[in-house]
Amino acid sequence: MLERALSGSATYKKLVGVLMILMGLGFAAYLTQWEHGLMITGMGRDVSWGLYISQFTFLVGVAASAVMVVLPYYIHDVKVFGRITVLGEFLAIASVIMCMLFIMADLGKPMRVLNVMLYPTPNSILFWDMTVLTGYLLLNVFIGWNVLEAERKGTHYPKWVKPLIYISIPWAVSIHTVTAFLICGLPGREFWLTAIMAARFLASAFCSGPALLILLSLIVKKYTKFDPGKEAINKLLTVVTYAMLISVFFVILEIFTAFYSNIPSHMETLKYMFVGVDGKTALVPFMWMFVILAVAGVALLLHPNIRKNEKILIAACCCVFFSMYLDKGVGLIIGGFIPNMFGQIHQYAPTIPELMITIGIWSTGFFILTILYKIAVSVKEEVQG
Amino acid sequence: METSRRDFLKIGGLCALGLSSLEVGDAIAKSRAAKYLTNPDACTAKRWAMVIDVKKCWQAEKEECKDCILACDWAHNVPDIPVKRQEVKWLWNEKYENAFPDQDPALEPEEVKEKPFLVLCNHCTHAPCVRVCPTQATFKSADGITMMDMHRCIGCRYCMAACPYGARSFNWRDPRPYIKKINPAYPTRDRGVVEKCDFCVERLQNGKIPACVEACKQKALIFGDLDDPKSDVRKALDSRYSIRRKPELGTMPAVYYLI
Repeated sequence: MLERALSGSATYKKLVGVLMILMGLGFAAYLTQWEHGLMITGMGRDVSWGLYISQFTFLVGVAASAVMVVLPYYIHDVKVFGRITVLGEFLAIASVIMCMLFIMADLGKPMRVLNVMLYPTPNSILFWDMTVLTGYLLLNVFIGWNVLEAERKGTHYPKWVKPLIYISIPWAVSIHTVTAFLICGLPGREFWLTAIMAARFLASAFCSGPALLILLSLIVKKYTKFDPGKEAINKLLTVVTYAMLISVFFVILEIFTAFYSNIPSHMETLKYMFVGVDGKTALVPFMWMFVILAVAGVALLLHPNIRKNEKILIAACCCVFFSMYLDKGVGLIIGGFIPNMFGQIHQYAPTIPELMITIGIWSTGFFILTILYKIAVSVKEEVQG
Repeated sequence: METSRRDFLKIGGLCALGLSSLEVGDAIAKSRAAKYLTNPDACTAKRWAMVIDVKKCWQAEKEECKDCILACDWAHNVPDIPVKRQEVKWLWNEKYENAFPDQDPALEPEEVKEKPFLVLCNHCTHAPCVRVCPTQATFKSADGITMMDMHRCIGCRYCMAACPYGARSFNWRDPRPYIKKINPAYPTRDRGVVEKCDFCVERLQNGKIPACVEACKQKALIFGDLDDPKSDVRKALDSRYSIRRKPELGTMPAVYYLI
C-alpha cells in the first residue's frame, strides 16, 4: 500500500516539500545541539525541562485521543466512526513518534537511551512511560495497517487483530495516565502534586485530540474525494464539547483548591502564571490567551448553529486545540519549575535552535501523518470507486 | 509432512532464541560469583550523615569564608561555568529564606536572615531522585549515600525535577574547559550527565573524611555515623536543637543544621 504515498496532486507534493524543508531545518538545528549539547537551549538548573518535554506531554494526549473513535466504533458499534477510525489511529502513530522524538531531543546522552531497557527499573515512571508508548505505537501500527489493508482487499481484517483492538482501548488511557504520573508524584512540586492530574490530562486530551481530528477530517474532505461523513464529525463534536467543559471545570478546581486553602506553595505557580511575581511575567500572556481561547471555545461549542455552520465548527475546534495546547504544551510543565526549590523565580524562554528543533519535530509528525493519510484516503477512494 | 519455508524460519528462530537464552543464564551465573574486596582502611558506617554548626560557620575569621566550597570544587573537578543558569554546584551557600523557603521567614534575628547557609545533597533515606531514575544511574549505597553513576546516566533530568532541594546539576555544556586546575585523582565529567555531592565516597573508601569537613578550620562541619550513638554527629544532635530542610516531604535528609 505504501506506493500510494509516492504519487499525488500538486498540492500534496507541495505540502510534503514544505514539511521536508522544515524537517531539514530542524535537523540542522539538532546537529548544533548534538555538537554543543543542551547548552544551546534556554533550559537551566532551575527550569530543567522546557519546550521539548512540554510538547511531549501535550502530544501524548493527542495520541491517546484516538481511543475516542476506536472505543465507540468497536465497543458500542457506532457505525459512523467506521470511516474515520483509521484516521484516528494514524494520528496516534504520528503523535507517538513525535513524543519519542521530543524525548530523544531532550536527552543529554541520547546514545545511551537503551540503558532504560538494559537496566529496567519498575519504580521509575519514565521506564513505564517508555514501555507504554512503545506498546501503543506498535498496537496502532498493527491495527491501523491491517484494518486498512483488509478494507482495500474488501475482506474482514484477520482475527488476531480483534484482541489487539480491545487491548488498545485501556492502553490509550494508560499512556496518558502514566504521563501524568511522571509529574504528579514528585515531593516539593506542589503545582503538579494534585490527584486530578491524570484526570485533567485525559479530559484535555479528549477535547484537543478529537478537535484536531475534526479539523483533519475537514481538510481531507476538502482536498480529496473521500468524505468522512457529517455524522461522524457531529459525534466527535459531542465528545469535544463534554471533554472541553470537563477540562475547564478541572482548571477551576485547581484554582479553587490553591487559593481557598491559601497555602503559599500551592498558590505561587498559579500567581506567577496568571499575574506574574516580582515583575516576572513571561507566562502571563500565554495563560490569558489560554483563558480567552478556552472561553471562546466553550461559547462556540455551545452555539446552536455549530452543527449547521462549518465556519463556527472550525473556529470552535481551533479554539479548543490551541487553548489546550497553551495550558498543557506551554504552561503546565514550565510553570511547575517556577518558583524553583529555593522559592526563587528564574524564568525560562526557549532559544532559536530549540524552537527550530521543536518545529522540525512537529513537521516530522505532520509529514508522517500526511503520508499515512494519503495512503488511507487513496485506499478509501479506490474502494468507493 | 512437508516443511514450508515459513515453518522452517519459525523453527530456526525458536532454536536461536533457545540457544541465546543459554548465554543469558550463563552470564547471570557468572555475575553472582563476582566479589569485591573492600579497603581495610576505609571509613565505614551504617548511615553517613552531616551536621552543620551554622553558628561556628558564621564565626569564620575571614569574611565570606569559602574554604569548604573551594576544597570540594577542587576535590571533584567542579567546573566554574560563567552562565548562571548552567552552573554546576555541589556545595554552596544560600540565604535562610532560600534554604528553608517553607519556614516563612519574618521576624528571625537579622543574623539568621543575612548569613549564609551551606547547602548540598541531603542524601535522603527516601530519595525521590533514586525513585524516579529510569536507569538506576542514581542509587543508594548500603551506608546511606545517594550515589551517581555518570557513565550510565542518560541525561533525562528526571532526578532534577524530583529533587526537592535543587541539589542536582546537569552538564549543559562540556565542563572541562571551565575547570581551573584539574585534580587527577577524580574523574572529570562529560556533557549531558547529571552530578552532585557524593559525600566524598572516594575519600571514605581510602580512610579519609570528606574534603569539606577536613577543610573547615572552624570545625563547623561534623561528619559521622547516624546509627552509632557514640558518633560525633549523634553527640552534636543530642546536645543542640537542629533542623533539616523540608522534613515534611518525608525524604529524611541526612544533613542537619545546628541552630
